[in-house]
Order: sequence, then C-alpha cells, then structure tokens
Amino acid sequence: MATMKPVDAVTIGFGWTGGILANELTKAGHTVVGLERGEFRDTYPDFAVPGVHDELAYAIRYKLFQDASKETLTFRHNPAETALPIRQFGAFLPGDGLGGAGVHWNGVTWRFLPWDFETRSRSIARYGAAILGEDCTSADWGITYDELEPYYDKFEYLAGIAGRAGNLKGKIQPGGNPFEGPRSREYPSPPQKQSYAMAVFDEAVHKLGYHPFPQPSANSSQPYTNPEGAQLGLCVYCGYCERFACEMGAKASMQVTLLPKLRKSPLFELRTNSKVLKINLDSTKKKAVSVTYLDAQGREQVQPAEMIFVTAFVFNNVHMLLVSEIGKPYDPVTNTGVVGKNFAYQTGTSATLFFDSGKVFNLFMGSGALGTVIDDFNGDNFDHGRYGFIGGADINQNTNGARPVQFHPVPPGTPRWGGRWKKAVAHYYNRTFGINAQGGVQAYRGNYLDLDPTYTDIYGQPLLRMTFDWGPHEHKQSAFMAGINAKIADATGASRTIVSRLAPHFDVVPYQSTHVTGGAIMGSEPLQSVTNKYGQSWDVSNVFVTGASSFPQNAGYNPTGTVGALAYHTADAVLKKYVKNPGPLA
Amino acid sequence: MPDDVSRKDFVALIGTAVALETLPARVAVAGETIPVSTAAEAATPSNHLASAPSLQSEPEAYTYLTAPESAFVEAAVERLIPADELGPGGREAGVAFYIDQQLSGQFGYAAKMYRRGPWVPDAPATFGYQLPLTPREVYRLGIAATNAHCTTTYGKTFEQLNGAHQDDVLTALDRAQLQFESIPAKTFFEMLYGNAVEGFFADPLYGGNRNKAGWKLVGFPGAAAAYYPFIEKHNVPYRVNPQSIADLQQAEATAMASMPGMTAGQSAGPMDMSVHHALAKKALGVQ
Repeated sequence: MATMKPVDAVTIGFGWTGGILANELTKAGHTVVGLERGEFRDTYPDFAVPGVHDELAYAIRYKLFQDASKETLTFRHNPAETALPIRQFGAFLPGDGLGGAGVHWNGVTWRFLPWDFETRSRSIARYGAAILGEDCTSADWGITYDELEPYYDKFEYLAGIAGRAGNLKGKIQPGGNPFEGPRSREYPSPPQKQSYAMAVFDEAVHKLGYHPFPQPSANSSQPYTNPEGAQLGLCVYCGYCERFACEMGAKASMQVTLLPKLRKSPLFELRTNSKVLKINLDSTKKKAVSVTYLDAQGREQVQPAEMIFVTAFVFNNVHMLLVSEIGKPYDPVTNTGVVGKNFAYQTGTSATLFFDSGKVFNLFMGSGALGTVIDDFNGDNFDHGRYGFIGGADINQNTNGARPVQFHPVPPGTPRWGGRWKKAVAHYYNRTFGINAQGGVQAYRGNYLDLDPTYTDIYGQPLLRMTFDWGPHEHKQSAFMAGINAKIADATGASRTIVSRLAPHFDVVPYQSTHVTGGAIMGSEPLQSVTNKYGQSWDVSNVFVTGASSFPQNAGYNPTGTVGALAYHTADAVLKKYVKNPGPLA
Repeated sequence: MPDDVSRKDFVALIGTAVALETLPARVAVAGETIPVSTAAEAATPSNHLASAPSLQSEPEAYTYLTAPESAFVEAAVERLIPADELGPGGREAGVAFYIDQQLSGQFGYAAKMYRRGPWVPDAPATFGYQLPLTPREVYRLGIAATNAHCTTTYGKTFEQLNGAHQDDVLTALDRAQLQFESIPAKTFFEMLYGNAVEGFFADPLYGGNRNKAGWKLVGFPGAAAAYYPFIEKHNVPYRVNPQSIADLQQAEATAMASMPGMTAGQSAGPMDMSVHHALAKKALGVQ
C-alpha cells in the first residue's frame, strides 16, 4: 500500500458532478484528484462512427453499463422477502467509465418545479396531511427553487441546453412551459427540430386544451461554445443516443463540456481504472482523512485529501457511505437513522399508437431528448383533491430513435412470433409511435437501501441491497396518467392503441428508467437527512455527497438538470464559505 | 438517397464517415453480390458449415452448436421468423449462425452476469434470471430436452417435424406447458426468442441479418445515420439501401486509399470541433 501526495480535494467517481466540482475547485486554485473506477474514454476515438452505431453492442449487450459480474445490487420488494442479486441489469442501467451515465444518457435536462422542493409542506397545506398516507416519508429538500435557480442557469449554459423558456422572471412566455418556475434568462440554444410524431402529438394535446412545449435537450441544436470555452457539435438526429455515446460531440457530457479545460489545468489529475473502496476517517470519526482505492493493477493506494466529494451514481454514493460508516444507517422498523432512507424511482405509463391511415413517422431519425411535452399533469400543476395522490408526470412524445432489435411494435392481438408477427412488424414499424408519462415516486418507510447480509462483490464488499415496491401514490398516479394517455391517443386519430399502466409489483427485468434517487438525502434536520442543503455530511463535515442520491423523493422529470445545479450549489458554498472556515455549513 | 439530399451536406454531417454515393458498387449493394453458399450438412459434430449465405467469400462454420443442435436452431428460427413474400426468414438471414457466434463469445459465457451463490432458481419472475446456467448451457439443455419431448410425442426430432408440429412445440415452450427436468421450458424459449430477434435485426457484422434482410423488411436505414436535413420532412417515406458498419468501414478505407498519403488509420484525428463547426455551418447555411 502506498500513500499518495496529499491534495485539497478528491472526487469519488468522475462524471457530471465530479467534473463540475473539479473544474470549480481548480479554477479557484485548489488541487484535485479525480478517481474513476472505469476506463478513460472520449468522443474520439472511442465514440467514432460507424462503430458506435451498433445496436447489439451498446443497447443489448450493454457496452457502456456497469459490469454486473463485478458489482451489482440485491433486490427485494419488502423486508419480509430475501433479497436476490440483480444478476443482469434490466429495469435500470447504471453507467460505467469516465463520464458515467452522463455519456449514455438521452440529454433531457429539466428544472424541477418549485413545488417539488417543498413536496411535503405544500401537499399538507393544500390537501391536508391525510393525502400523504402514514407510511409516506416524502420530505421538503431544505432548499428552494429560488435558491437553486442561479445554479440551474449555470448548468444549462455549461451544457448548451436547447429549449424555450416558459417563464422569464415571472412573465409567462408563449411556446414554453407555462408551469415552470421563473428563470432568469432564456435557454442558451433554441429548441431542436420537430419530428412528425411530435407534430401529431402537439396537435392532439392542443386540441385537448393542454400546453405543449419543446422538451429541454442537451442534444445541441446549434454549434455552441460554453462559458468554459468548450465547443459542442451539432446534433444530426442519428437516432443512436440513449444507451450510446455521441460521435458528434453534440450530446453534452462531462467529456464534451468540461474535460478540455480540466486537461489543461496543472492542478487537476485524473486517475481512471481506480476503484475507491472506502473513505477513511480519523479517530474522532468526525473528519475524513483519505480514501483507499485499487489502482489499475489492483494495488491498494491511499489518497489523502482535505475534502472528499462523493460523486458517483446513486447506488455507489450510498454504498460508499455505508461501507465507510459515515452517517447512521436507516432502520425502517424504528424509522431511525438516515443513510439509505427515502430510496425512490420513477413510474413509466406509456401508450403505443398504431396508425392505419398511411402516415409514416421515420422514427429512426431522432435524438435522445428530442420531444414535445405537456406539464399540465406534473407536480402540483392540477388539483389532486379528487384523486388521492400527490405528484405527477411529464407526458411526452420522445422521438429518440427506433433501432429495430428494441423497437418493433405490433398491435394488440398479434402473435409473438411467426408469419403474422413478421407481417405486423413490417407493416407497423414506420406507422407507430409512443407517448410516455414519466411520473414521480414518493418516499415510503419501507423503500430503502442498506448492505446485503449475504452477497458480495468481486472486491469482497457486501452488495448494496435495494428494498423497493410501488406505493399507493404511484398506482393511483399511473391509473390517472393512463387515462390521459388514452385521451391523447384518441385525439391523434390513432387506429389502435396499447395503453399500459404500472404492474402490481416492481419488476427488475424490463427496462423502465435509470432515474433512481435518494438514500443520501439532503434536508434541514440531521435526524432526518444525510446531508445539509449543500450536500455536506452532517456527521463528517469534510465529506460532500452530490447526485440524485440527494433527492428526498423523485419528481416527474429526468434528474440531470437538478443534479448539475446541486453540484454547482455545493461548489459555490465550498469556495465561498467552507474553504475559508472548514466546518459545518449549516 | 432521397433526390433532394445534397452530397456535400451529407458528407459534412456524417463526420468521419463518407458519403454513400461514393461507394463502389460492390460495397453499396454488397448483400446482392455476395455468393450464396450451399447449405452444408456436416457430418462432424463441430465446426460444421452454416446453411445461410455467407457474409464473406468463404463459407462460415459453427463453433459451439453441434450438428443436431444447429439443425434444431435453424429450424426453430425459421418458424419464429418464417420466409414469406416479404422476404427471407430466420434461416436465410443467418440467425442460427448469429446465435452460435454469440454462444461462442462473451454472451455465451455470461461474462457480464453476476454469478455468485447462493442460488434461488425458483424465485418469482420479478427477480429476474436466477439460474447458475450460462446461455451456452441453456441452449444445450433446452435443445436436448425439447428434442426428447419431440421424440416421445412424434417419434422424430424437432427439425424433422412438419411446420405445424414445430409451431405446436414452440407454442408449448412459450406458454410453459412443457416441464423439463433440466431447465424451465420458458427460460429456454425466451432466450431463443430474444436471440432470434437480435440475430434478425442486429448489424450483419455479428453473422445474422444477412443481406440486411431484417432492416429491409422494416425499412431501417442502418448505421449510416445523419438526418439533420430530413427530420422535418413530415410524413415523407425515406428510402435508402441500408448500410452496415462494415459497408461504412469499407467505404472509408476505399476513399482513404484513393487519397495520396492517407491510410484508413489516419482518416480521423482527434475530433477538431472548429472544423466540425465550419462544415456544419456551411452545410446548413448558418453564418
């Protein structure tokens, strides 16, 4: 074991949040080491065409995803079950390698609603406490939308987000999302182009009196140079986006937006193939002194640092805190402890629309975040009183490609295989599109993360154990959204529609969403949360945790915009307050 | 390519790939010009020839499936995806060879699967795959058990049955109506079905989707994908000869060989975004 030269800061994981923190800290003169368990990879040569347009390798065999043979997690629906390992990923697909999930993501980049940050108090104020239900542990974040707005802005300009403002400083703008919180300025780039499926969806929801707008997108709609001097390419709508990396440098990622600058900084060092095993504390257990990691050759190394940023994916952040014994693990029986608490996910309630009218949609043209959305049924944008649930969903037509191994829909009543199936596949491949309601998930006492007592990873550490099932809010919400989806499908003139809704119990097999959240939640009370609103551990004040692990419950939006904003918020607090006077910020 | 596509635009937009119009004819229509090998009935149990038309000038050989196993898989994929007036089925598209190649590699050995015990094979389906068997073992056991069932019921192995009986057997597997000692029938069917769909639609470089039969069936343009000028042409069919990864690599190599002082390996240096910007702006008429 060797001890490396001490540095000011180390990041555990090097994707969006590690990149943002490293960049802000090095700009302010601090030394930073980025430790990334996966490989180094960049637009060229790793993501070059034509090799990156390979559906089997990327979308089916999971080229960019975490290798479950090394690290996975176990799963059970409730504490009465015995958790079993997720032997191959399905429902969600954690990323692997430099840039993390921010390489294979679609690029949908939202701001959460002001309501989302005050879910609990605003729900009680409007509907009374009974609407939550006794096991619902959804909470306020301890930060408001207004506090976070400047940091959302910063992230959007870093990533060159394409969109149209719906609310500029309180003034509602035509063509944008009228339900969004006030933004200080317009998006940095204009909206992407509109596909035919989006146009048909747009017309239908207009007819129904809803408020469609372009989905905010990190797929660049114009050549763009960000405030860090990095240039984004132009999205060509290749249709290989979700589960793929971008050959054009047009999908914002840590590599595209931050790495060019970071690589020039003498204060920054990136070490890939470096798997952090734990954060080491001093004898008081109040201060972290270093991290232990395995280098590319499997040698244990110790990297001392004044500040430690836990900047990996949700599961890895929570796992890191648990194995390092930072914060009290959550116990659902006594409802005490905090680490692992309020694990949440996302619902998907979709509809597949089949057209016999001769319309062709060319869905193979598209980009990850290309879409038209309505927000009329998200957050608390409508009166929930009659429906008995809180939260909602964005409802979108997302034209994000149609690679045929994954996409070959057939109408209800078609056999799964054989001649009739083949004919239906041929007929409907280009005459079908989908709509989806991406719904928030509330937190419950029984949904949490802890360490598995039986199964271990290849490093000998316990696997993270996920205990999760859909709760009453999700079932009611999905049934409600299915009704809206059916109305929209009807208004498009679709010949036939398959409307789905949530299954009775969570299933780890079919892909649903990689938007897992919580387990290291932020808040204003040390007994109720892992960190304060700056992502600073209540227990070990030089450990900061960033990412969607901070969300106390999940909203009906993709998480990355909020993840980026929170990272900038943390960086700002560290540089303006913490480094001058290390210690608790709240 | 659609008539209104400017070659210059396409070259600019596809980045490091090259324009399809410049392809030599033998590459652009590679599928149609490749010699079709005769179906080989190999007598040896391994390294016997695949019965689909070869992707290369030399015929291809099975490396994992034995002769009885490949006969089973060839027959099964043809029932799952039959040849008809719309085009080739699973057999001619090389789906069985695709499956053999997958079983010979990372997928077959479950290389990215968590494979530590304890094992709870009878867990509910919502827990996902919980068997200690690799895909190689699933096929070996599943084919043997299904053939044993066929022999008991019909006195013949699966590939010897007529189409209707083959469909009955596949339906019984699909609906979990058969009980095997060695492996759940449904597990075997789902793997075979999923792999058959992959083999029909994945890039031909993996040995299936011969002559891009799957892509031609649905009208998928393949790997040469850059649609900036087209996506706003609503409700207009987009008809191209689909291009595979090998087509594009071949075309790039050919184009580079014709440029003095260049080899394919030098064709694309680290992506220079300012060059890309200039090309994109020019192609799009942006100032």
